[in-house]
Amino acid sequence: MNTLALSPPRPRASLVPKLLIGLAVVLTALLVIAPLTYIFYRALSEGWAVYAKNITDPQTLHAIWLTALVALIVVPVNMAFGIAAAWAVAKHRFPGRGLLVTLIEIPFSISPIIAGICYLLLYGRQGLLGPFLLEHDLKIMFALPGIVLVTMFVTAPFVAREVLPLMQAQGTEQEEAAVTLGASGWQIFRRVTLPNIKWALLYGAVLCSARAVGEFGGVSVVSGNVRGQTNTLPLQVELLFNDLNVVGAFAAASTLTLIALVALVVKSLLEVRGKG
Amino acid sequence: MSIIVQNMTKRFGRTEVLRGIDLTIESGELVALLGPSGSGKTTLLKIIAGLEWPDAGRLQVEGADWLQLAAQDRRIGFVFQHYALFPHMTVRDNIAFGLTVRPRAERPGKAVIDAKVDELLEFLQIAPLGERYPLQLSGGQRQRVALGRALAIQPTVLLLDEPFGALDAAVRRDLRQWLRGVHDATGSTTIFVTHDQEEAFELADRVVVMGEGRIEQIGHADQIVDHPASPFVARFMGATIELPVTLTAGRAEGEGLDLSHLPRRALPDGPATLFLRPADVTPVPTANGRWRICRLTSTGSLLRVDLDEGGTPGFSVDLPRRAPQARALTVGTRVNLAPEAGALFSTVAERSSPARGDTTQPLKEHSA
Repeated sequence: MNTLALSPPRPRASLVPKLLIGLAVVLTALLVIAPLTYIFYRALSEGWAVYAKNITDPQTLHAIWLTALVALIVVPVNMAFGIAAAWAVAKHRFPGRGLLVTLIEIPFSISPIIAGICYLLLYGRQGLLGPFLLEHDLKIMFALPGIVLVTMFVTAPFVAREVLPLMQAQGTEQEEAAVTLGASGWQIFRRVTLPNIKWALLYGAVLCSARAVGEFGGVSVVSGNVRGQTNTLPLQVELLFNDLNVVGAFAAASTLTLIALVALVVKSLLEVRGKG
Repeated sequence: MSIIVQNMTKRFGRTEVLRGIDLTIESGELVALLGPSGSGKTTLLKIIAGLEWPDAGRLQVEGADWLQLAAQDRRIGFVFQHYALFPHMTVRDNIAFGLTVRPRAERPGKAVIDAKVDELLEFLQIAPLGERYPLQLSGGQRQRVALGRALAIQPTVLLLDEPFGALDAAVRRDLRQWLRGVHDATGSTTIFVTHDQEEAFELADRVVVMGEGRIEQIGHADQIVDHPASPFVARFMGATIELPVTLTAGRAEGEGLDLSHLPRRALPDGPATLFLRPADVTPVPTANGRWRICRLTSTGSLLRVDLDEGGTPGFSVDLPRRAPQARALTVGTRVNLAPEAGALFSTVAERSSPARGDTTQPLKEHSA
């Protein structure tokens, strides 16, 4: 009956989609394209030479290096953790399975700053484990380990979240087939499970990297903002901005933006590839 | 490889999936596990494969205790309903998988593996498909590849879980013949799971009928159809008509029924239930017959006769459309029924599982 009720669209109706599309274009321009362009415009406002000088400033360079180092540690660890967690949840039945799924998602619902403060209260000098760490000369807060820990916490769900639904959809039949054909656990993982999830895994890794590089709140609590030592790129941007070095801040921001854009392109390519 | 299953039980949470299975399968036999979904047949198959573990019971193959063996070490070939091919590998790599994952010391050389794969592709009649990927194949072709992959490791036992369940009828019939050929040629012991009676009877040497975690009956087609061991088997074999009758000295009598074709049964006197398959019943036009024909439908070869009794819809019976008896039948004709065959069970209180008549339970009037 519904199909009979359909009447030819009235001419006025075509205005609505046009309006909506126009609104979307305007909002995108205002909220995404304008700030992006402005970053590069301000970074280059005093010419390429000044831009290059700002980027190669030792403190900024150190911040870039530290950010890359954190990402290089965090992303592989999260990939391993994500695969392990997804594998456990998708392919096995055990008590506490639902709890594990919730645990994986907790970082999504907790503000990174709270995570940072929790680590501070736990591992800081005045913290619960502070005396023990001091005794053994272990420095976690205001040092690389603290930054890595917080970044790991914040980015923990990314890989698992991408891989888990795929693994669940694929079920366990292929693995069972491999078992009956005599494959060992490692062979099954490497030759059956991993190839099936590789695009989702890479996709998750790209998301994870982008987040790890851009993390500000949690890191700002645990890093201590020591210039040239524990300042990651986002923190460096804020520092420069507070120093009223606007061009320097935008130059540093432009490198972050470039990383984000590269991640976006890679992500889109992976999406196409993963579907094909 | 002879397979002996003894007193095997398995539960998933609160559900009893296997309630004490005893089954012996001879070396080289082709056996079907037949039953509705939830009867435990796939679980039994997976336990034999080592993909599930029983809570209790024994599993012996050629005298060896297989419950001590991991699935990897049992050397069985397992074929899944949905093929479970590796989508990122070519057909050749899929078939070779079981050989390439062997420990280095036992692994055949590349040339040997290639030759083996060639031989299997030829044997399975899919020689031109070696370089394709599973997604580029039809269902029937995929199932051949899956079987090839299982056969490559020269399994001692071949296990198939609803192997043709996902295929259309024509391909199914075709593959059935072909699987019988494969079984005969390889001489392996083969067990397959199906819910399709025709498939089970056509393909298997012996059919094991399962229901609700128990073995209900083991036998050939005629034995199972003509002498179902329980009301469950009778119903599962298509006896959709259940009529209350009275037994006297092994003879059944019921209103409107001519039961002279049925042999005497060694059953106690009293109420009983007659189970009939629609095709085993001939309607006989009779003045004041118990049933009235309310509808006639032809499927081309069969004439379906819908009956009602005193205005309430009853059941339908089938007879060949060209049978002489069919000509006299018109809508409104009153008929009695003359079954050619049927199964009788004393009416006892049936448990929720219509498994087997438990004579320790009190007799109860059948109300149907």
